Amino acid sequence: MESLTHTIQAVPLNHYILLSAIIFSIGVMGVLLRRNAIVIFMSVELMLNSANLLLTAFSVYRGDAAGQVFVFFIMALAAAEVAVGLAIIVMIYRNTNSIDINVLNRLKW
Amino acid sequence: MSTFYFIAFLSIFFSILVISAKNPVHSILYLILTFFTFTIQYILMNAQFLAIVNFIVYMGAILVLFLYTLMLINLNKESEPVKPFMVKIAAVFGGGILAVALISSLKSLGVSDPVVLKNPELGLVKNLGKVLFNEFLLPFEVSSVLLLSAMVGAVLLATKDPKEPKATI
Repeated sequence: MESLTHTIQAVPLNHYILLSAIIFSIGVMGVLLRRNAIVIFMSVELMLNSANLLLTAFSVYRGDAAGQVFVFFIMALAAAEVAVGLAIIVMIYRNTNSIDINVLNRLKW
Repeated sequence: MSTFYFIAFLSIFFSILVISAKNPVHSILYLILTFFTFTIQYILMNAQFLAIVNFIVYMGAILVLFLYTLMLINLNKESEPVKPFMVKIAAVFGGGILAVALISSLKSLGVSDPVVLKNPELGLVKNLGKVLFNEFLLPFEVSSVLLLSAMVGAVLLATKDPKEPKATI
């Protein structure tokens, strides 16, 4: 384990922020790009995970364990969100026979 | 050091494949690979607890839930919605603008110190458990209520309407 953790010692914090920013942007792109509700949910998961990675990187950088505990809470929240969201998608599919989000445009009035 | 860049490249590559794959099942499989690269990142930072939790909760539970829902819904080719081309261009443009804004604001920071693990015990279960059950005891208990309410809500939402003829279980 010691040799494994030795490998990150030359990576600047900027590069972690860069990686998280790029993956977050890819998640935003996925939400805008797709009309399949499940793929949109997956893009949201991608965004949550990039935030998790950045929190962990900052936690290691500052030597503070609170960041990693926070990631744990985000994971619990994501599990709850996915359970409710997928139940909503299943219900929508039962009512409209499709998971195209454009079918739901009557919600905006 | 080069391990980080290789894994970072892989996670960006797979996450692009997640949003561009036509078939939603392929999308989920690429998402599993993306999360696996995140697990490797956690291991590299010696956050062992988070690596295991990411492995079990995300790759084991959440993505299996996605996969089961997708197979319940039984998508076929003609029901797969497709957006018009201009909307796609606008979406990629919007996401790219966000990425450029974030990265260019990062440029003004200058090069930071490297991430050095000062305390190798930081991400271990023992240390995190002490923090979790001392400082964060109340949020921990509240999150159990959140999970319970999510479970009840999911069951309520996903059960059939009582007005319909009763399904034989």
